[in-house]
Amino acid sequence: MNVILVAVIVLGLLGLILAALLFLIAKKFAVEEDPRIAQVADVLPQANCGGCGFPGCQGFAEACVKASAQGSIEGKSCPVGGKAVMDKVSEILGLAAVEAEPKVAVVRCQGSCAHRPRTSEYVGVKNCHVANATSGGETGCFFGCLGLGECAASCSFGALHMNPETGLPEVDEEKCTACGRCVKACPRHIIELRPMGKKGRRMSVLCVNKEKGAVTRKACDIGCIGCGKCQKVCEFDAIILENNLAYIDPAKCRLCRKCEEACPQHSIVAMNFPPRKPKPEAPAQPAAAAPAAQPAEAPKVAKVETPTPEPVPVKAASPVSEAMKEMPNPMSDQTQQETQK
Amino acid sequence: MKTFKLGGVHPEENKLSAGKKIEVMELPKQAVFPLSQHIGAPAVPCVAKGDIVKVGTKIADAGGFVSAPIHSSVSGKVLKIDTAIDASGYRKPAIIIDVIDDEWEPTIDRSEDIVRETTLEPKEIVARIQECGIVGMGGACFPCHVKLSPRTPVDVVIINAVECEPYLTADHSLMLEKPEQILIGVQLIMKAVNVKKAYIAIENNKPDAISLMKEKAAAFPGIEVCPLKVKYPQGGEKQLIDAVVNRQVPNPPALPADVGAIVQNVGTAYAIYEAVMKNKPLFERVVTVTGKSVKNPSNLLTRMGIPMSQLIERAGGVPEDTGKIIGGGPMMGKALLNAEVPVCKGSSGILLMTEKEAGRGEEAPCIRCSKCVTACPMGLEPYLLSKQSEYAMWDEAEANQIMTCIECGSCQFTCPSNRPLLDWIRQGKGTVGGIIRARAAKK
Amino acid sequence: MANKLKISLSPHVHGGDSVKRNMLWVIIAMLPALLWSFYTFGLGAVIVTFTSVVSCVLFEWAINKFILRNPRNTIADCSAVVTGLLLAFNLPSNLPLYIIIVGALFAIGVGKMTFGGLGNNPFNPALVGRVFLLISFPVKMTSWPVPHQMTAYADAVTAATPLADLGNANLGDLFFGHIGGSMGEVSALLLLAGFVILLCAKVISWHIPISIFASAFCFSVIFYAIRGGMPFADICVLSLKHLCAGGIMLGAIFMATDYVTSPMTHKGMLIYGVLIGFLVICIRLFGNYPEGMSFAILIMNAFVPLINNACKPKRFAKEVKK
Repeated sequence: MNVILVAVIVLGLLGLILAALLFLIAKKFAVEEDPRIAQVADVLPQANCGGCGFPGCQGFAEACVKASAQGSIEGKSCPVGGKAVMDKVSEILGLAAVEAEPKVAVVRCQGSCAHRPRTSEYVGVKNCHVANATSGGETGCFFGCLGLGECAASCSFGALHMNPETGLPEVDEEKCTACGRCVKACPRHIIELRPMGKKGRRMSVLCVNKEKGAVTRKACDIGCIGCGKCQKVCEFDAIILENNLAYIDPAKCRLCRKCEEACPQHSIVAMNFPPRKPKPEAPAQPAAAAPAAQPAEAPKVAKVETPTPEPVPVKAASPVSEAMKEMPNPMSDQTQQETQK
Repeated sequence: MKTFKLGGVHPEENKLSAGKKIEVMELPKQAVFPLSQHIGAPAVPCVAKGDIVKVGTKIADAGGFVSAPIHSSVSGKVLKIDTAIDASGYRKPAIIIDVIDDEWEPTIDRSEDIVRETTLEPKEIVARIQECGIVGMGGACFPCHVKLSPRTPVDVVIINAVECEPYLTADHSLMLEKPEQILIGVQLIMKAVNVKKAYIAIENNKPDAISLMKEKAAAFPGIEVCPLKVKYPQGGEKQLIDAVVNRQVPNPPALPADVGAIVQNVGTAYAIYEAVMKNKPLFERVVTVTGKSVKNPSNLLTRMGIPMSQLIERAGGVPEDTGKIIGGGPMMGKALLNAEVPVCKGSSGILLMTEKEAGRGEEAPCIRCSKCVTACPMGLEPYLLSKQSEYAMWDEAEANQIMTCIECGSCQFTCPSNRPLLDWIRQGKGTVGGIIRARAAKK
Repeated sequence: MANKLKISLSPHVHGGDSVKRNMLWVIIAMLPALLWSFYTFGLGAVIVTFTSVVSCVLFEWAINKFILRNPRNTIADCSAVVTGLLLAFNLPSNLPLYIIIVGALFAIGVGKMTFGGLGNNPFNPALVGRVFLLISFPVKMTSWPVPHQMTAYADAVTAATPLADLGNANLGDLFFGHIGGSMGEVSALLLLAGFVILLCAKVISWHIPISIFASAFCFSVIFYAIRGGMPFADICVLSLKHLCAGGIMLGAIFMATDYVTSPMTHKGMLIYGVLIGFLVICIRLFGNYPEGMSFAILIMNAFVPLINNACKPKRFAKEVKK
């Protein structure tokens, strides 16, 4: 009896003392935190992907609350949660919702083994950055995909995977949150975040090769040769031609698809459009024989409904490309070796 | 026998072309001159399409102080200023010249006489070297005049004639055939930086060169031949200074000049002789074409801009089972995309490897044997740095001095697990270097 | 030129060293001691060695294949054979088969493969197996057969370890191996021969074994001197007996030098060796167990990451002050 009593008293006292200590410590060392940070963090997806540019969701929440003191959270966006989450964040912070266009990662290279023959064999570390520093790569194209899958490894949403057949990464548009990690992971800046477009429909030049047309064509039969035909047919001034490479400005593109038809190399691809109705009459010119020069295999990009390519004579392209005066930029950001200074 | 203290390995020497006479290469039909043949800013073309140039005509100006001009090695017509694949494995801007005949600039002294005396002042010597586009010929291609304008006074010149890379014999053959010209070149370097003492460091596997240079050097006060034990990477600047005069160059940004030493390659000394005494710009060099499967390994005196395939043809053609063509030696050379890459100022050799030699062994897990740590001449931990690069631990890699790696490859050479240590370390070095530069820019 | 050119970063040549070569040299270095154990303990030694090696290799193969699903099976590098041999060296020659198999399973399964296989294990697998058995089967693991019972196995006559009564043991017997004990540890001379082989083949450096010997000898002398009551010459002889008896030789040459679980720099190796020597003498003189080598090595294995952090190699040059 006595033993039990002593035990109860001792343990009870111990508990009391510790509780009092804990209480005092909690009061003394309490950290003042804006309660809204926790509220914002609660609505965030908690994927901690860093896609917003802040260290995790907590960091993003802190940044949002801090920015709200200035009255606006413009420029801050959670790529994973998208508009729905940002609306909630704005609500918590008592601000007007910020419009942000949904984006998606686009792989701007179609250089599969069939289109871009391999000319050498890389035997080093299977890492895109190392391969990029080693040399121009296994093919004649020094701008295109190295195929070692750094982007796929960087994706935390399983939205990118390497297609073993083409050796190129493919984007699963439903899973892609446009967090931008793959963009940073690619040493050749092939992946671009482009506006999703209405119903996911959009036009893009799937090539980043800045060489002159003749060099590009030798390396890859589906690369942009900078012939400028797309620029000529575009009525909306949406195509920029720089360094022998066309680029479609998504803000100006009206999805008329004329450039796609005009492109002799099939570097311009229309994504997520319904299949085109076959034209009733065959083209009148004798150049209709030209399709022989076209690749047998249709460009493979995730979820692309490949339209039947318009026959365009390929020959006409080369004089135009010769007229391009720009010298191609050599790879700008490869590591310069400074072995023995 | 002197050598450097930390680490080092001894790869099979394979000096197949040792003792072969230097042969003069015939002219190419077309010559290609990449604009960045050196460390620093690329050169800027000063000729236009259609211009007629002679041998020795300047075709590109230096793009800054740390840069060098480029001279034509052929006489002919500028075909175009375009791009060409160079040793980096990328397409870079280059001047392409169609060869017509072999007409030299009249200012160049083409006689065989050895000129011994000059009235030029030190500053004029450096200016002449700069004007002639001379860069370090050992492979790093650092513009020579920059090294000869040290920030701090120096007291010793070390001539790098160790040629520690396996296979290569270009420097060796040059020493056997042009000893006096080299020694005059060394004298010019000494005069340029006002130094009384010079060492010519030669590895012990070249006894003929050591005895010949010793004999000839007796007539040159202050120049001493210093035989060294054979060990790779003795040709590394820091290792060589450590081996010859026992001084340790601190980590970057310190330079050899900070410990009072200047290192120049023996080929550079010869080029300096030709530039200063013969008024001949740098457009020719000795290139070793070698490899176990090459029919006739040789040392060729070749003009720059010649496609390497032509040199290989001269040495017996590309063997059927070639798996890799390397520009430079097997330890630090670059694997070339194809044989059409032109010979540049830093091309010390062309090495052909068979398919079997070219592959890498199967990679196994690191067994932490610490052989890489023992082999590292800079006292680093390659196993750790490569892991930290692999897992993007840049701060830790920087703390472990990744930036002091000289990329000699001793670690990977010695690794029993065949791990690609240097691939990763290079990657880490590039990234950490970028981080450091960004940090400095912020300040 | 028929094939595509290969592209890689330098270096383009390799020294030809391989994991397998190192492991094979370790096996060769163990052979003298192994043959001596066959000669000393006869049939039992053969059975124990065979069982241990075969079960280690089999377990590694099976775990690689069925649990880790490693496409590249690692048994070809012979590291499992080395673990099996080392485990056998640490066992008495009359141990029942099932105990050996359990020991091999623990050594490979828990000591090595749990951490990801070769190169990732923090502790020496063979020692993990041995210590596991020592704690689980203390009697069987500490009754060693008397030497020269050629055909005896489970029925061998056993005796205590010479360590229990070191004062009366003959130094010559200890050195040449005319004593009982675990299979591999009896002949100090042949273990030293293995050390020379390893040094000549450049598989290990001298730092770890020599520092263990020196430190064990010194600490033993110091402790006996403090205890007092013995002339100094006797203390030295007794300390030498310590080196030759029990597992110090075996541990210092073959177990402590295990690449994976030892420090990376020479300075670190010396610290590691000195501390092992200190610990083993402490355990032998003040602990409950007559033998402490396994524990000393395992304890120091745990400190290796710390040692690696503290002991950086001698850098080429000092860092410039910022």
